[in-house]
Amino acid sequence: MESAIEVKDLAKNYGEITAVDHISFEVRKGEIFGFLGPNGAGKTTTIRILTGVIRPDSGTATIMGYNVLKEPLKAKQIISVVPEMANAYIDLTAWQNLMLIGELYGVPKKERQETARHLLKEFGLYERRNHLVRGFSKGMKQKLILCMALMTEPQVLFLDEPTSGLDVESARLIRDTIRRYNEDGTTVFLSTHNMQEANKLCDRIAIINYGKIATVDSPENLRMESSSLKSVEVSFNKPVLANELSKILNVTETKKIGDKIRLYTNKPHNVINSLMDYTRSKSLMIVSLNTLAPTLEDVFIKLTKEHGKD
Amino acid sequence: MVEQQFLEQLKRAFAIAKKDLRIYYKRGPVVIFGLIMPLFLFLAFSIGRSMPMEQLFTGLLGMTIFFSSMSIGPAIVPFEARSGTLERLVSTPVSIWAIFIGDVTASFIYGLLISTVPVTIGLFLGVNITHFLILCSGIILAAFCFASFGILLSAYPPTDVPSTVMMISNLVKFPLIFISGVFIPIHGWGRIIASISPLTYFIDLVNYCIQGTSYYSVILDFAALTGFTLLFLIAAVKIHEKTLPERLH
Ligand SMILES: Nc1ncnc2c1ncn2[C@@H]1O[C@H](COP(=O)(O)OP(=O)(O)OP(=O)(O)O)[C@@H](O)[C@H]1O
Ligand SMILES: [Mg+2]
Repeated sequence: MESAIEVKDLAKNYGEITAVDHISFEVRKGEIFGFLGPNGAGKTTTIRILTGVIRPDSGTATIMGYNVLKEPLKAKQIISVVPEMANAYIDLTAWQNLMLIGELYGVPKKERQETARHLLKEFGLYERRNHLVRGFSKGMKQKLILCMALMTEPQVLFLDEPTSGLDVESARLIRDTIRRYNEDGTTVFLSTHNMQEANKLCDRIAIINYGKIATVDSPENLRMESSSLKSVEVSFNKPVLANELSKILNVTETKKIGDKIRLYTNKPHNVINSLMDYTRSKSLMIVSLNTLAPTLEDVFIKLTKEHGKD
Repeated sequence: MVEQQFLEQLKRAFAIAKKDLRIYYKRGPVVIFGLIMPLFLFLAFSIGRSMPMEQLFTGLLGMTIFFSSMSIGPAIVPFEARSGTLERLVSTPVSIWAIFIGDVTASFIYGLLISTVPVTIGLFLGVNITHFLILCSGIILAAFCFASFGILLSAYPPTDVPSTVMMISNLVKFPLIFISGVFIPIHGWGRIIASISPLTYFIDLVNYCIQGTSYYSVILDFAALTGFTLLFLIAAVKIHEKTLPERLH
């Protein structure tokens, strides 16, 4: 058994809306697998199916060989979840929340207490352990929810946008923790709409939109594929023909957008230099200049176009 | 193996019960429906009427158990669905039935604890309890029965608005009080209507333990309460299992 998660032909509709559209993929043991997609792509729905919260309309999913529909308890026993919505019990203390989760996974009392103490210290919540979660800040809640997920030693850890809305430092702490558990052998399934985050953490990334997976590849390969989607947007004090600018070296495509011209390129730096030369030679003035990273939507559209062919 | 798993799940159900007790019984409405409401109704019925002490005690005990065992049960599931903690629970390795047994257990324990109040009052006032052990068994059984009933009441419709469920459960609770002969002994064909209420059998049992006379036999009272308990419990788990996906939508 090589794969930690195996998904075949999974689908889920909400009335008219197709949240997940017959997707299949596989997550290898020991890898950090990124599920990257814009809002409404179907990330949360997929995670809720895999963690046994909702049933799919069709398809199968196994986790470490356990079918999540037929042996839900066995599958749930070896996974942990950091769900999208903060949902610790706000009327319990941090400590009581951790004890509850430990009990629900059948962790013996002594071990429960030790793990909780250790985790709370690590995440800087130990001093607040006997406070009600009601009074916690968003970041503190999110850290506690991660602690709850780590009360067992999960074989597969699901995280649904674990760093969204957190400050830089908290986000880094969470990323470091994910990496460390992964090094110790935990397979990680991470959903995010943040490309940088996926690049930094993941071994492989699935790009999902409109409930469909466009591609599954390493961050490096995805970067190469999408690098031609970088662009420079410029406007001048006098009208300039877009055609004129397409002659600049390294520019693959130009587009007129309002009074601005967008130049697609994989070398924005060089293009900016050439633009400077151009303005000088034509005695123009640059009014605005921006470099744009490819949006997820761009990458997705490019990839679906390409992968739709084969 | 199967037994071991069953016991393990029961243990986890107790963890859920502990959580419920910690969270929900600190709340205002719980205290109101568990303690103040029975007292209120008790006063409404008893003031200005010369009722024998025994009859007053029976009424107070019956109402207290009925209200306290059902005070928060109906609100637990809608409340958890709303706050997102239900989703968290469902993603842990706990069977659906164990989650609901946990909720029933919490209601049961609360009902049992609160019922010691009227029993103590009764003993102080010199109510003569002839069959103390039978009374205790009856209290335990009744508390479990009403706790299951409370969880059943929230099973359908699968709303996540606690106040809606509370309204439904009050619509069911009050008529039951009136048909069960809590304060006014029921005669004639009122008995036929009374026989559909589980509370009737508990009141009958208490009458036996204190006054030595009862309408039904003790065995029948116990059998009826057990029957109602099983019915409520199984229906609660089955219907909740059915409606749970809609709550997690
Ligand atoms: N309970 C629900 N009822 C109706 N529609 C739903 C429900 N849950 C999800 N959807 C729809 O399914 C689609 C996918 O939603 P999902 O929450 O999986 O997206 P997501 O990728 O997690 O987005 P985000 O980045 O915003 O969290 C969306 O169009 C959403 O409106
Ligand atoms: Mg989501």
